[in-house]
Amino acid sequence: MGVRIQTKDFDAGAEIAALRRGNPKIGAVASFIGVCRDVNDGDAVTKMTLEHYPGMTEKALEKIVAEAKARWDVMEVLVVHRVGELKPADQIVLVVVTGAHRGEAFAACEFIMDYLKTRAPFWKKEETPQGARWVEARGSDDEAAQRWNSPKADVA
Amino acid sequence: MKIKVVYLASLREQLGKSGEDLEIPPATSTVAGLRALLMARGGAWQAALAQGRALRVAVNQEMAQPATPVKPGDEIAFFPPVTGG
Repeated sequence: MGVRIQTKDFDAGAEIAALRRGNPKIGAVASFIGVCRDVNDGDAVTKMTLEHYPGMTEKALEKIVAEAKARWDVMEVLVVHRVGELKPADQIVLVVVTGAHRGEAFAACEFIMDYLKTRAPFWKKEETPQGARWVEARGSDDEAAQRWNSPKADVA
Repeated sequence: MKIKVVYLASLREQLGKSGEDLEIPPATSTVAGLRALLMARGGAWQAALAQGRALRVAVNQEMAQPATPVKPGDEIAFFPPVTGG
């Protein structure tokens, strides 16, 4: 099913059902949904605009998914990321991984999110009572991505 | 040589443009060289592309390093660290 960038909302249940359909070998479905919060760095957030780099975004996500599939024994992977204007409580991103067993599916799902946060070209601009501001990248996201590195795993 | 340059997110706002087609000297053969060339325009360019600023670069939509070569027809994008998800 792959990778999708879209402005419209997604239905996680429908996406998971579509991913699983016709494959009775799937024993585990791991999923993650990222949601827009109403606060960031102590300020109220009323609206958020997500920008991306069309073309590179899809390639970067496909590369991350391919790496996850190479590292873990999983079956299907779906990544849906929204762009455009979002409000607090809106869904931003969906990652679904299916596999025979939960361990590999959980790990692949978390890896995909950690790499997406540091390698996929998306940027958030948020509206606060103090005005609009671009969200700063967090060092903790870099650390989360780096923990997947190992001399052996990083040859790709 | 002719190249295409793309500016994204906060960098686009600071520079006041989303991209441009450029004719650059053949000697400007790396990402670092192009960055220096653009900085030499001064003003907002000098400030936004200054060495201390956290900046990412992609060549032909693949993440690049300062030493990554720039070739005719390449698309080079400058942008801040990503914040999706």
